[in-house]
Amino acid sequence: MGRFLLKRLVNYLVLVVVATTLAYIVASLALNPRSAYEGRNPPPPAAVVDQQLTAYGVNDKDPLLGRYADWIGGVLLHGDFGKTVTGGDINDQLGSRAMVSLRLLVLGSIIGAVVGVLAGVVSAIKKYQVTDRLITVYAFFFIATPVFFTAVLLKYGALSVNQAAGSTVLYYTGYETPNLQAGFFGHLADQIGHLILPTLSIALGQIAFFSRYQRNAMLDVMNSDFLRTAEAKGLTRRRALYKHGLRTALIPMATLLAYSFGTLAVGATFTEKIFGWHGMGEWLVDSITSNDINVVATVTLFTAVFILISGFLADVIYAVLDPRVRV
Amino acid sequence: MTYPADPLVIADDAAISDDPGEKPPSAVVVRGRGSLVFRRFRKNKPALVALVVLVLLFIAAFIGPFVYKAVTGWTYSDQDYSAFLSPPTGSHWFGTSQIGQDVFAQTMRGLQKSLIIGLLVALISTGLAAVVGACAGYFGGWVDRALMWGVDLLLVIPSFLIVAIISPAFQDAGWIVLVFLIAVFAWMITARIIRGMTLSLKEREFVLAARYSGVSPAGIIFRHLIPNMSSLLIIDATIAVASAIIAETGLSYFGFGVQPPDVSLGNLIASGTRSAFTFPWLFMFSGGLLVATTLAVSVIGDALRDALDPASSRAGSTK
Amino acid sequence: MSHSLTSSPTAPLLSVSDLTVVFPGGEEGAVPAVRGVSYDLAPGEVLGIVGESGSGKSVSSLAIMGLLPRNARITGSVRLQGEELLGRSDSQLAKVRGNKIAMVFQDPLSALTPVYTVGDQIAETIRIHQGLAAGPATARAVELLDSVGIPNATQRAKAFPHEFSGGMRQRVMIAMAIANDPDVLIADEPTTALDVTIQAQVLDLLETARQMTNAATVMITHDLGVVAGIADRVVVMYAGKAVERGAVGPVYADPRMPYTIGLLGSVPRLDRPGQALTPIKGSPPNVSSLPPGCPFSSRCPVVLPVCREIEPELIPTASGSAAACHRAQEIEHGLIDGVPVFPVPEIPQARAVQVRTERPAVLEVRDLTKRFDITKGAVMRRKIGSVRAVDGVSFDIREGEALGLVGESGSGKTTTIMQVLSLESPSEGSITVHGQDVGGLGRKQRKELRRDIQVVFQDPMSSLDPRLPVGDIIDEPLRAFGVEAQQRRARVSELLQLVGLTPEHANRYPADFSGGQRQRIGIARALALEPKLLVLDEPVSALDVSIQAGVLNLLEELKVRLGLAYLFVAHDLSVVRHIADRVAVMYLGRLVEVGASDDVFDRPSHPYTQALLSAVPIPDPVAERQRERILVRGDLPDPANLPSGCRFRSRCPLFVTLDPGRQQKCIDVDPALEEHVPGLQAACHWAQERVVVPS
Repeated sequence: MGRFLLKRLVNYLVLVVVATTLAYIVASLALNPRSAYEGRNPPPPAAVVDQQLTAYGVNDKDPLLGRYADWIGGVLLHGDFGKTVTGGDINDQLGSRAMVSLRLLVLGSIIGAVVGVLAGVVSAIKKYQVTDRLITVYAFFFIATPVFFTAVLLKYGALSVNQAAGSTVLYYTGYETPNLQAGFFGHLADQIGHLILPTLSIALGQIAFFSRYQRNAMLDVMNSDFLRTAEAKGLTRRRALYKHGLRTALIPMATLLAYSFGTLAVGATFTEKIFGWHGMGEWLVDSITSNDINVVATVTLFTAVFILISGFLADVIYAVLDPRVRV
Repeated sequence: MTYPADPLVIADDAAISDDPGEKPPSAVVVRGRGSLVFRRFRKNKPALVALVVLVLLFIAAFIGPFVYKAVTGWTYSDQDYSAFLSPPTGSHWFGTSQIGQDVFAQTMRGLQKSLIIGLLVALISTGLAAVVGACAGYFGGWVDRALMWGVDLLLVIPSFLIVAIISPAFQDAGWIVLVFLIAVFAWMITARIIRGMTLSLKEREFVLAARYSGVSPAGIIFRHLIPNMSSLLIIDATIAVASAIIAETGLSYFGFGVQPPDVSLGNLIASGTRSAFTFPWLFMFSGGLLVATTLAVSVIGDALRDALDPASSRAGSTK
Repeated sequence: MSHSLTSSPTAPLLSVSDLTVVFPGGEEGAVPAVRGVSYDLAPGEVLGIVGESGSGKSVSSLAIMGLLPRNARITGSVRLQGEELLGRSDSQLAKVRGNKIAMVFQDPLSALTPVYTVGDQIAETIRIHQGLAAGPATARAVELLDSVGIPNATQRAKAFPHEFSGGMRQRVMIAMAIANDPDVLIADEPTTALDVTIQAQVLDLLETARQMTNAATVMITHDLGVVAGIADRVVVMYAGKAVERGAVGPVYADPRMPYTIGLLGSVPRLDRPGQALTPIKGSPPNVSSLPPGCPFSSRCPVVLPVCREIEPELIPTASGSAAACHRAQEIEHGLIDGVPVFPVPEIPQARAVQVRTERPAVLEVRDLTKRFDITKGAVMRRKIGSVRAVDGVSFDIREGEALGLVGESGSGKTTTIMQVLSLESPSEGSITVHGQDVGGLGRKQRKELRRDIQVVFQDPMSSLDPRLPVGDIIDEPLRAFGVEAQQRRARVSELLQLVGLTPEHANRYPADFSGGQRQRIGIARALALEPKLLVLDEPVSALDVSIQAGVLNLLEELKVRLGLAYLFVAHDLSVVRHIADRVAVMYLGRLVEVGASDDVFDRPSHPYTQALLSAVPIPDPVAERQRERILVRGDLPDPANLPSGCRFRSRCPLFVTLDPGRQQKCIDVDPALEEHVPGLQAACHWAQERVVVPS
């Protein structure tokens, strides 16, 4: 098992390095930080602009590899992610934004996976009955609907509900009410209230995805020989299905989980932007439009590390579930 | 040993009797494979509905604008200064935008874009995946390692990011660049699956027989391997259409894909979102049509999978 | 526990009456898989159920256990110790399954749950039925594993199914089945997937299990030899019904139903090499669309008009069995009025052949070695050792001669023929085809050489490209060598007729043909270029028994007519004896015995050959039960870690009988092929001939 996990870890580390490097290089080549200064009136002198850009490490006249080495050095040795295109410290925003995003990502993935797996199992067991058909329709709908549309629809729905109820029942902006005077539980309730819609936006798609695959995996298992053997030695059909079938059918889900984090991250980006959450995703989109190279690289690094950790956890789960990889 | 749920398993030996002079023992009609697939597809009602919907969408997108122009006189680039933000009426079927643009014409134009991009991306990426995957699987050795190393590299790159950054830089060249960019990042997983299938097909006896009969590798790949994977390729291409459309709209939503003044469902939804609550027609139609398209394509893809390979109940191929 | 005190000694333990099973739906309508089966099982008795694919033999047993899918419609009656089982709920039946009736299935890898240890799976059934706690249940499971012959039972109980070999897994299945001392044990093709020596071990174990539990056993199989060896009574099934039933002696000696006669006549027999096979024409029927009357009528050589109208019932016959045939009274010892029910086909006899050493060699293999590297490492793969799948094999094949390469899994026989077919230089040694050494051949020359050596594969389903019409499949080799379209068409027609099909068949697709016909198409393709040597990889093992005979006869005929040489690989020794002129036995990459077919089969001298031959079941109850069994011990050793000296010594039945002095030689010196006994070459220091096959 150790060998297997080590191999996967190495795999992920390569991923982090390649993704970050590439993001930095492509961003440096395609984005133009000067434009942040060119639009001003009166335009600042060229020399001053150059000096500032170099100070922030984003001057395109400086050699690319040198800038990259500096930035990476800063990250690895000092934990310093550099400066934004306007001179702010990236580290300042990093912590809070990361927390905001993580809330969304972790909740979305857990809910998506757990509910999705359950839905898939139920769907398979009650194949072709009403429950199955409903779940299937749901799944198709949400697989076909892009996350941003779901988010927008939810926002729209929230507004209608709020209007009908006459007060703010559902929150659709931000992750907490600013200047809220309430105790710890008050704050908690408030944050949970703000979490509902964005998490739903992500989770609905994930549930759809997992339920489809789990249904198929479960159906495969339901036809397998070892279930018949389990029944033949005295288990009822139901017990055999849950004790032997389910455990075996869960195995491919662990792999799916590892792969789903990539799409999860992209989905979270949309969601943050739409719900006005100041997380890493929103930062990324803003930084591309504002030509902020260091931020692009930072967010990519963060995302890659997130995929690494969660992917690794998924592999651990896989190794726990499937003894065949351990030998 | 499995239950004989599929009578074809028992029937397989009874089609033609050994003695050529005698009539077949039972009246089993031997149907060609194509019509069998057709029959199975026909039985799937949601798929038929989806097919109809898709055809209608195509007609609406490509022929609609002409009809619309003849009926109301508006095209996607016109502006009606007398009607800003008007709700759907007889002269503007889907209403107008803040600057008087006709939403119906725009939506149809966006739909055209999405459909074409979706189809092109699917064709390119599936074709690329088939050739790369089959070559990697068949030749093995260093060819396989090199190709798969390339595939893994591309898989690792955050595609959304790269396309988002690069695409606006090429906006002058038009949306065709977007097609290639999306396609470049869309073929890898399919290529892996094709490689896996090739590896198992390669050892199948009819491939070995062809090799030992002196057929060349190109002959084997194109005459035996790829046709036998055609089910997988068809299903995959269909699903690729849906994901390409979603990718393009996602990018356009943030302004990284199709740029104004050119119209895409994505940027229509984006501009519509801001005033979604007071003027829902600005984004409901484009969003609704988007979902209708991707839903129809997904349902058809799933039905194709059931029709072409009923033994497989898995959503994707295994290695 | 095993016998109810109130059951009378003559009351049957299990009584099946008029069992029918219908599967609804499907694309061709309802499937009546079982159409009325009845039999009784007495305590301690062994019943063999014999049939081919589609006969319904397995479905009937699954119905008894309540293991069919919910939508199956089952009628009739199944009484266990007087109590009705059909119609009971799943939870009621669950108390009976694994407890009073236990089942052993065919493919142990897919039949065991991959995520639980073997010990846990056995303990599970003990805990359910005996109410033991986890600790005692596991202890009992270990005891059971030990009793079925699994070494290191305590450790192995914590292992997972994929860590065992096929034979060992089947032992685990048997341990699980006997865990609760069942009254009835149903074994559904338990050894079909196993090598023949392992099959012998498992059958021996089943016999021991039966004695330990005194359970009545139902043995479901298509292998008539296995049934002859262990069954007391036999039921022959065809198209969902029993067509003959009775004590095993009368049914084998004097069968009264033409299907049974044909079946027995179409099976090649190890003890009767010269006997021509009588194939049954046609193929097993499609049960969802049976014609009226007897389902066998379309294939029966002695059919009468009444047979096509009325389906015969099982009626007692003079021989002591019951047969479902309108003409059962007329049949006696396979003859009706002195004429054989199944006509024996004329197989052309070979002309007087020259002594083999005077004929040119078609294939010469010298010291062939094929190594596979074992690599480790995730990023960079390092070689840490190598396995010799084929380790120094030498043989030759002369014109018009058929060499059978025999061995079990892991012997290297398939690797050998694949190496020969690839026409590439092996890791070591040389291959010479028709006088040309394949090492140092250019690509063009290699392609030219392909004309002389062609191949027929095992699986008729996958050896033909399903997307090409048959004509295209056959002419592909011709096309690859640039033959013109006109000539190709003519040749395809010629070839189709040669193998017993018609030129019209060229337009059809492989899916339209039966297994036997597909194999013929494969043979036609192989003959297209007029090769001198035909390599055949298990040519009939994927076919039903009644169809094998036809293809075997065809191969015989072609050999004589076209002067072909054969190199074929088979694990079914009876098949080998039927076609081969010479036999080479392989074990772990080496040849252990080589000689003329009759010599090797009548007087084998190497202990492995002797064990191999003694393990092959013969469809003759009297002979089979009188035979002496020689069993090999244990499993194949790890190929990367072979025993020193003779690689067979860890399992050799002869080794254990030798005195220490002789044993030392086996441990120290690796034996080479030598002629210890006239006419045979064997790789054993103490080779001695022994008669293992009754003649």
